[in-house]
Amino acid sequence: MLEIRNLHARIAEDGTEIIRGLNLTVRAGEVAAIMGPNGSGKSTLSYILSGREDYEVTEGEILLNGESILELDPAERASKGVFLAFQYPVEIPGVATMQFLKVAMNEQRKARGEEELTTPDFIRRVKDAAAKLQIDQAMLRRPLNVGFSGGEKKRAEILQMALLEPSLCVLDETDSGLDIDALKIVADGVNALKSPDRATIVITHYQRLLDYIIPDTVHVLYKGQIIRSGDKALAHELEANGYADIIGQAA
Amino acid sequence: MQTTIQPAIRLTAAETALVDAFSAQIGELPGNGAVIGTRDRLLDELKKTGLPTRRVEAWHYTDLKNLLRTIPDGHATAAAEAASPLVEGAFVLPVLQGVANDRAGIDGIGLATLRERLTDGSAAAGLTALDKDDAIGRINGSFVRDGYVLTVPAETEISAPVELQARHAGGQIHTRFEASFGAGSKATVVERHQAVTEDAALVSTVSDIALEDGAEITWIILQQQGVTDTHLGQIRVKLGQRSKLRLFVINAGGKLVRQELRIEVDGEGADLTLRGVNLLGGESHTDVTLVLGHNVAHTQSTETFRNVVLDRASGVFQGMIRVAPDAQKTDAKMACNTLLLSDEADFAAKPELEIFADDVICGHGATVTDISRTHLFYLMARGVPENKARAMLVNAFVAEIVEELEEEKLVEALEEIVSTWLERHA
Repeated sequence: MLEIRNLHARIAEDGTEIIRGLNLTVRAGEVAAIMGPNGSGKSTLSYILSGREDYEVTEGEILLNGESILELDPAERASKGVFLAFQYPVEIPGVATMQFLKVAMNEQRKARGEEELTTPDFIRRVKDAAAKLQIDQAMLRRPLNVGFSGGEKKRAEILQMALLEPSLCVLDETDSGLDIDALKIVADGVNALKSPDRATIVITHYQRLLDYIIPDTVHVLYKGQIIRSGDKALAHELEANGYADIIGQAA
Repeated sequence: MQTTIQPAIRLTAAETALVDAFSAQIGELPGNGAVIGTRDRLLDELKKTGLPTRRVEAWHYTDLKNLLRTIPDGHATAAAEAASPLVEGAFVLPVLQGVANDRAGIDGIGLATLRERLTDGSAAAGLTALDKDDAIGRINGSFVRDGYVLTVPAETEISAPVELQARHAGGQIHTRFEASFGAGSKATVVERHQAVTEDAALVSTVSDIALEDGAEITWIILQQQGVTDTHLGQIRVKLGQRSKLRLFVINAGGKLVRQELRIEVDGEGADLTLRGVNLLGGESHTDVTLVLGHNVAHTQSTETFRNVVLDRASGVFQGMIRVAPDAQKTDAKMACNTLLLSDEADFAAKPELEIFADDVICGHGATVTDISRTHLFYLMARGVPENKARAMLVNAFVAEIVEELEEEKLVEALEEIVSTWLERHA
């Protein structure tokens, strides 16, 4: 599904290199966790996957289903199936949530050569998906993310993920700022979307989220490289011993 | 004794054309002796000073003498007809090619055409210039032909919006609206100026409105002139005790536009909500100039303007708030936010506060920004193509203001006008 080969990337504005020769393969149906200390490049990786302009790839390749996505802009990547659940979803005053959802769904469909949704079909889909995430209609009537609590914003991200049906989901620190109840709702939402055709990358600082979203593989990111890969036992090892041991071994 | 034969200054071609137009029309302009005397005096004042230049502070960013090069001749090539109103069910009071054309009237409201009031002379007193630089007051007072005079009795609520619908097909159009809202009355008025052809027009329009104690009024000025039109607009407002005015000004057209807002808050407890949207494109120049007097204690106002500037357009906002010595506890906040979307466009904002009372809260702020890259990335990351994402964000910038109107039908109609304008210009 996703193959990252010897990726090097830097901040466009000042040239600081953040990703330094990263290799990672995530298969269809797999849930891969990426863990690492602050500043290791986790969020940067999520932005580079989704095509944010602030970063430049200087070397290497990102292949989605065998095709390079490096030349695609964020909207094109999205219609190819890349979805980033933001760590800090932005509030956009003046953009109605429902209108935004409809435009996003239909633009992706158009880009893939599919029929646009009819309004009743669209509304039914939103209602069904919102109910599962305990999102009430009042929230959907507000401007996009405006005045949402931290937990509401994260649920709104998962709602978008459910509606857009991506093939590669990237969850950037989705657990940050969530209490345990909200965390369960979000994790249930993510688990419900698990499918043999979909790969999920869970970026997290803590193992806590991985009690609810069980990863197939766990990768430790440090200074822009994957320095260790394993299964979910690796996450527990990190929880118990911290990053210092693994970093020490890699050095 | 000295006789002056030469005019005090040399007139430009446009100024001469204005004077000539006056001579040509004077015989047919409506008005009794008092009105004719007033017209003559206002035109004489205009002849003495000429049109204002950048040396006049109030006109510093809009050098009318240099910007107004020609005066279209008075004849329209097509007919302007009444259109369906902005919101369904509104009472439409048409002014077509400068002539009021009402057939139905509105139950419960006193209604006359300005033409009638000029003819009987009762409108003469209102034909004034507000100060020595009031070129719009003088042009309009000299040339005004028609319009409406609305009198809303005390404690009357008008069930649907009243639409003053001024439409033209080019030429010289000079209209005037007077409205007095009695104590405790409630109404929504849409003052709409619209070109139906691309033939050049010179439009002057003055609205003179007074809110008596406790009146609650929404007044919307919607300017949709053509790409070759000059629009010189002015609204004069007096707010009585505990009255509430929501004044929305939307500029979405015109080549050379000056929109003056002259507001006097004269009654304690009065509350003004002023919102403006300026959609500026092409080679247009648009100037919104506010002079707001907080003249008594315990009044409040908020003023927010949102400007979208494209192409080679230029925009101006001058906002003067004066707080009189006795106007303690005044609470006034003014903001002017501009989305500058072209390197060749410009926008000048000049907020000013003149505060003579010591216990007041007054603030102002002006920002000029581009579209937020963070917002743009978020929308694109959801699959919205860049062009469409930009359009959504520009729309959102304006929609925030329009939505403050709260009345669903009005909001929808205005959002439609905004998005149509943006689609045409983006």
